[in-house]
Amino acid sequence: MTGSPNWYEIIMTGIAERLDKYRSFKLFLDICVRWGACADKCHFYIGSGDPKNMPVLRAELLRSIYRRDFTTAGKLFGKFAGGRKLTPLIIKEWFYYFYQCTECRRCSVFCPYGIDTAEITIMARELLNLIGCQIDWIITPVANCYQTGNHLGIQPHAFKEILDFLLDDIETNTGVKMEPTFNRKGAEILFLTPSGDVFADPGIYTAMGYMILFHYLDLDYTWSTYASEGGNFGFFTSHEMMKRLNSKMYAEAKRLGVKWILGGECGHMWRVINQYMGTMNEPADFLEVPKSPITGTVFDNASQIKMVHIAQFTADLIKNNKLNLDKSRNDYLKVTWHDSCNTSRGMGFLEEPRYVLKNVVNNFYEMPPNTIREQTFCCGSGSGLNAGENMDIRLRGGLPRANAVKHVHDKHGVNCLGCICAIDRAVLTASMDFWVPGVRVAGLHELVANALVLEGENERTTNLRGEEIADLMEENEE
Amino acid sequence: MNIISSFLLSFLAGIALIVIAWAGALTNLQGLFGVVLPYIAITTFVAGVVYRVLNWAQSPVPFRIPTTCGQEKSFPWIKANCIENPSSTLGVVIRMAFEVLTFRSLFRGTTVELRGGPKLDYRSTKWLWMAALGFHYSFLMIFFRHFRFFTEPIPALVHLAENMDSFFEVTVPALYISDGLLMACVTYLLIRRVIIPQVRYISLPADYFPLFLILAIGTTGILMRYILKVDVVSIKELAMGLVTFHPAVPKGIGSLFYIHLFLVCVLIIYFPFSKLVHLGGVFLSPTRNLANNNRQVRHVNPWNYPVKVHTYAEYEDDFREKMIEAGLPVEKELSDEKE
Repeated sequence: MTGSPNWYEIIMTGIAERLDKYRSFKLFLDICVRWGACADKCHFYIGSGDPKNMPVLRAELLRSIYRRDFTTAGKLFGKFAGGRKLTPLIIKEWFYYFYQCTECRRCSVFCPYGIDTAEITIMARELLNLIGCQIDWIITPVANCYQTGNHLGIQPHAFKEILDFLLDDIETNTGVKMEPTFNRKGAEILFLTPSGDVFADPGIYTAMGYMILFHYLDLDYTWSTYASEGGNFGFFTSHEMMKRLNSKMYAEAKRLGVKWILGGECGHMWRVINQYMGTMNEPADFLEVPKSPITGTVFDNASQIKMVHIAQFTADLIKNNKLNLDKSRNDYLKVTWHDSCNTSRGMGFLEEPRYVLKNVVNNFYEMPPNTIREQTFCCGSGSGLNAGENMDIRLRGGLPRANAVKHVHDKHGVNCLGCICAIDRAVLTASMDFWVPGVRVAGLHELVANALVLEGENERTTNLRGEEIADLMEENEE
Repeated sequence: MNIISSFLLSFLAGIALIVIAWAGALTNLQGLFGVVLPYIAITTFVAGVVYRVLNWAQSPVPFRIPTTCGQEKSFPWIKANCIENPSSTLGVVIRMAFEVLTFRSLFRGTTVELRGGPKLDYRSTKWLWMAALGFHYSFLMIFFRHFRFFTEPIPALVHLAENMDSFFEVTVPALYISDGLLMACVTYLLIRRVIIPQVRYISLPADYFPLFLILAIGTTGILMRYILKVDVVSIKELAMGLVTFHPAVPKGIGSLFYIHLFLVCVLIIYFPFSKLVHLGGVFLSPTRNLANNNRQVRHVNPWNYPVKVHTYAEYEDDFREKMIEAGLPVEKELSDEKE
């Protein structure tokens, strides 16, 4: 606590300010009855057994401070009313436990008042930020994203180069050469996806999938190197930082003069787009209501923000028989589906990806109902905890998800975990390797592209990962 | 605070309240306990709850953040869950009704157990849901039945409630189902707090105290009705005096009644300043009372403010040379820059 000598005042003023600005914060601090309905709903609690990882107690870490200094009962009865005085030790406790919540909102599904621990965690992290406590894996990507356009700070020329590498791989594996465009003015659609898809294995195969699909459709779209990040780690920092990073999406769409925006597969990116983007920015009047140029379908449910999720876009294509798909190419896979927290509980995006999935694979098995859809479990590494240095916490938090996968792995021989989230793709591989070896992680559009029959394609003996399909089929039969 | 001190403290507080009321009744302070305190309690309750709700309502809802628990509105050929993931106001109203009237979210309850392997085992548990529902509805029933003391003539609806509630017609006077249910549910909720380690760990005096208080209120009420039989006519006289603002204290009401009344007064005074105020708060919960229609209808944040952004122009200034070299389009050529 040497950094800010007045840290105590900063935190207290910070709390007061947020109480006035967010009803969610004030209400959720007041109305918890501590019935414990949420207690064993948190993946970190299930994985660690640490009582302070129960959502109710995680919130109490902050609530107790609020109670002592901001409520009548707390002022009168102090610790008898459950109040605590803020000390440096409590700041450390906050730092430990609020960076052990992935803002997945599973607890909020079970709370009869809808108390959302994510709201508390967001505020606690904002408060910690005020006194300079943050983790490197969040602030560095945020700084990179702001300055260079994406988390890893890939500069424009390098961004193009990386995609060129992916295009070479596509050509090797499919025999088709593709030439996407970058920063092109006048394109119909601006395509934005988390940069994880561009550089991290196995996300890159999903990125290849996008490009193959767009090539197949001859879609008039462009990538952007300025807004080359769909994800928004600003969301894990503060509401203000979220807005600062998010603003690039519309700014770039306006500059390029596109008609609408298509968004790639990502979890928190879509929570921000669905629940925050329309509010944070001025109305996107310069864009048109999204309309699929292939099927003519108008995406009414995006009429205000003018941005469409690619899984919805693809579902529409399949529904209208616009894709020539050969499911059997994915027959070496037995797939189960991981609903990402943010798209499930912050959007309700459940059936669209399943519809696509069922049309591109033959073998699909659901995990148990307590672990999917709105009750889905976090990968254990969301909200900026996806760095290698957090591996211990990640694997604990990843236990419930992995355990459900193990269930279908043992029962049906599932060997592939499908998802629509870049963080999932980046982290679930480690979780699977540890808990359920033999299960790969694949983005939805990797599976789509593997099944998609292209004009002028080669024999397609390899998948996008360059693996021999015949070998995989054989391996599977053994 | 550990379990012993939390539990004992709340228990002792409950006992102390009973002693105070008893002492009051014995020392002829019936006027204070029978008239002044109820008025104070009601005033505090109404003012307190109104203040709390207004205070919450004063803070805006900057973002529309419903917790979606079902399929969103998408294509016409994908069935949307219009209640758990409402896209219209009607859907929100129905969702809130389910939440408030049936404790929908609590109904989802599961427990998880870690077995050897490691293997996680989930089981649906409805106990908390049942106890919560039983507790709240029996409380409501008892509350409603009490209108027979405050109304003359007694409305038919109150009679109906009484008849339904004493449906089984066991004991004399007939046992009210709600009395038994309330005591059973509160006892369960209390035992649960003590027995389940997770819940014990999170429990504060403020969690035990209302349970003890309600248990004491229930016990005194049951004693009055079934065992010690107080003078109901005089009590009604007192109650009618209170509601018609002509308070008078009839003679001969036993101290038990004053203990009961005092505890009720304490409960309703305590209400607005404690977690019990969740009753009002649930209606304001932004994760439940908003439609998931952000992408169609703009939600306005009243304190939205401009932020500093890194513009494309600044970005291009940083990377122009590299962009040109890589064949990426630029807005300004290098030669423009030098000018």
